[in-house]
Amino acid sequence: MIRVQARTEPSTLMTFASPFLAIVLTLVFGSILFSALGKDPLQALYVLLVLPLSDAYNISEMLVKMGPLLLCAVGLSLCYRANMWNIGAEGQLLAGALGGSAVALMFVNSDSMLAMPLTLLGGVASGMFWAGIPTYLKIKFNSNLILTTIMLNYIALYLLIWAVHGPLRDPDGFGFPESAMFSDATLLPVLFESGRVHLGIILALLLALFAWFLLSKSHLGFKIRVYGADEPAATYAGFNAKAISWFVMLFSGALAGLAGVAEVAGPIGQLTPNVSPGYGYSAIIVAYLGRLHPAGAIIASIFLAILYMGGDLAQIEMGIPIAVVGMFQGVLLFFLLACDFFIRYRIVSSRENMA
Amino acid sequence: MSETLKKQNSSPRLELLNITKQYPGCLANDQICMTLMPGEIHALLGENGAGKSTLVKTIYGIVSPDAGQILWNGHEVDIKSPAIARDLGIGMVFQHFSLFETLTVAQNIELCLTKSQLEKIGNLAEKIRDISKDYGLNVDPDRYVHSLSIGERQRVEIVRCLVQSVKLLILDEPTSVLTPQEVAGLFTVLKQLSSEGCSILFISHKLHEVTEICHTATILRGGKFVGDCEPANETPATIAKMMVGDLAEQDAGYEKAHGGSVIFSANDLHLPAKNPFGTSLKHINFELLKGEILGIAGVAGNGQEELMSIISGEDNRNLKKVLTLDGIDLGIMSAGARRKSGLAYVPEERLGRGAVPEMSLSENTLLTHSSGFVKSGLVNWSAVKEYAKNLISQYSVKCHGEFSEAKSLSGGNLQKFIMGREIGQNPKVLICAHPTWGVDVGAALAIHQALLKLRDQGTAILLISEDIDELFLLADRMAALCDGHLSPVVRTEKTSIDQIGQWMAGTFINEPKVSEALA
Repeated sequence: MIRVQARTEPSTLMTFASPFLAIVLTLVFGSILFSALGKDPLQALYVLLVLPLSDAYNISEMLVKMGPLLLCAVGLSLCYRANMWNIGAEGQLLAGALGGSAVALMFVNSDSMLAMPLTLLGGVASGMFWAGIPTYLKIKFNSNLILTTIMLNYIALYLLIWAVHGPLRDPDGFGFPESAMFSDATLLPVLFESGRVHLGIILALLLALFAWFLLSKSHLGFKIRVYGADEPAATYAGFNAKAISWFVMLFSGALAGLAGVAEVAGPIGQLTPNVSPGYGYSAIIVAYLGRLHPAGAIIASIFLAILYMGGDLAQIEMGIPIAVVGMFQGVLLFFLLACDFFIRYRIVSSRENMA
Repeated sequence: MSETLKKQNSSPRLELLNITKQYPGCLANDQICMTLMPGEIHALLGENGAGKSTLVKTIYGIVSPDAGQILWNGHEVDIKSPAIARDLGIGMVFQHFSLFETLTVAQNIELCLTKSQLEKIGNLAEKIRDISKDYGLNVDPDRYVHSLSIGERQRVEIVRCLVQSVKLLILDEPTSVLTPQEVAGLFTVLKQLSSEGCSILFISHKLHEVTEICHTATILRGGKFVGDCEPANETPATIAKMMVGDLAEQDAGYEKAHGGSVIFSANDLHLPAKNPFGTSLKHINFELLKGEILGIAGVAGNGQEELMSIISGEDNRNLKKVLTLDGIDLGIMSAGARRKSGLAYVPEERLGRGAVPEMSLSENTLLTHSSGFVKSGLVNWSAVKEYAKNLISQYSVKCHGEFSEAKSLSGGNLQKFIMGREIGQNPKVLICAHPTWGVDVGAALAIHQALLKLRDQGTAILLISEDIDELFLLADRMAALCDGHLSPVVRTEKTSIDQIGQWMAGTFINEPKVSEALA
């Protein structure tokens, strides 16, 4: 008979193998699904995973999508390391886009050198503010962070929609729910002549490296890890739990806010209701796929960006609905959690156990 | 005594033949043989990690042995689960009780009986009352478990075994949680059970108890059988020698110190409990002198946890002008600031509080010892590693290296490490909770000597322990906690185990204050 047995200690091999195993299982599942839809599974997987890397344009589009995913995921990794279950990266990203746009629209007819930095600052500050609300509620009233951050995601979304229909709507926009186009001085510089890759991806990579450094080399990073691994030990050591909670949440909010403002002041160039195709939610999957490590988040964000790109291409090339991307993400998280089970457990046949 | 027992009842109740159990990296039981006669009180002795728990768990069906036989009344049995053990007539009282606090005594007992057993008993409450009366256990079936003291809970566990007409009762360190008076009561019950033919397997660290009531003893060391003896013919010292060699003799006869000036004081510390099952502290006053060890006795759950966490600052409620450390008002500071002011703390739980289980020993060094290792917010990890290596060698911590995870260390070794880490910060005041709980004799000796050395360097030590022998060995002055009240503080040489035992039971609470006269 086969049964499940707890391991004496967590398996390091499984910790690293689990994400790859989950990806393979997701692809197998996807192949079956594509076959059922009457599509050639090999071609579908080719379009989904290889085509996004086939030429310079596609790669640059992939990087455009990777930026916000990475920014949000790095912030979330830090939160989750400290046991702060922040599900609100999406809301913080939208708040950043909204706040940044409000600043950017003051510079519509300006070529001031300050336009871009102030816009970014506005986005970062808005993201921090949006992350600060649930943090305050948790510390003051011990409210459930998961619930408040999810609720604030919706509030941010509808606030943004209200803004583009109301105060931030382009007066010359024929009533479309969009802001005016930002001035060139406000937009993030593009990295290459062709394509839309902008400064955001550089900032994201630098911040990921910074977070890595913070976690492994700084005393604060050490405190964050202790707080997440063993709260009574952190209390015993006299670490300031409130300060740690505030830090990781505001850091995460700042990064998500930056992701949001970099979208509107980057590839989009104005505030629209469709700033994010759910980057803040996908970033949760990125964070876990990257094992809550900033370096892991870099690799995982590439994979999810490919999936986003591949979804677009699959729709164009093969008529596969875009919902496939969301489904792939969901199935991926499902398999990841299932595979993570084997970090702490293993399967034994009871005959072996009797010996 | 055992010879007469063997003559009276020629067939043994339980025989263990070559029981062997291998755990990953550790041979817990190595071909252990043991014989138990009906009515025999048999002690199972050994240091922590000697394999006592594994052996009794094998008998009770929790652990299945890799090799060896168990004979019950002469027949080989395969005890696959505790239910089978109970069917045979084997009962066990664990060190940590397995009772539901929100249920009554009768409900708790009912939970572990099968349908047929219940039908046989009929009126369970009546049966509990009968047994309780027969053995003088004083257990009320209708009371809720959360309202019972630790001693009473233990008696519930014993009644639970007796309800099932037990033939072999296993007790895992039953006296560690009891006051001396409660221990005497327990021994009366055990003797009565023994005279009725029930065999008793008694695990204990406390050798004088073993010589007092046990007919025979089996001694284990490092998973191996070392010897049998008849405790009546031995002294605690000779048994200790069999258990650990010569170490125990060295751990005795320390000189008492007279402290210097007052370094720490608690002034009318009065605090309601933070959680519903906690103990509130009631007008506690004491002073701690430089270069002394103040021992606080008491049965667990009488306010020790609350007292320590309000002093350490883990309980973050502010108290103005109640706690003073070297002239500073400690009560309004955060736990981190208190540490910086010269307070160090060795908590009761080593793993999960004193050390982060998944982190390496060098990371666990940094947990409380950061001065000198952090510059502009950055950690000098190579210096931390060097320091951790020194701690490991200085305190003979057995591990692979400073990279070993805390959870890979045995309790005694981790405790030596934590003790060394806290001492290394040259504290003005060290709070030390149950420092040798579950620690082997060798490590206990090292910990005791480290504490005394620290005292002689002028540090004031607040030693909170359930082990009265240890308190008498180390403390210069003593007091007892009962239900959140602190007894008078007396010099150790002017008191007795009997008096401290009565204080642990709370006899001082309604007496007029005599403390200052005695001190």
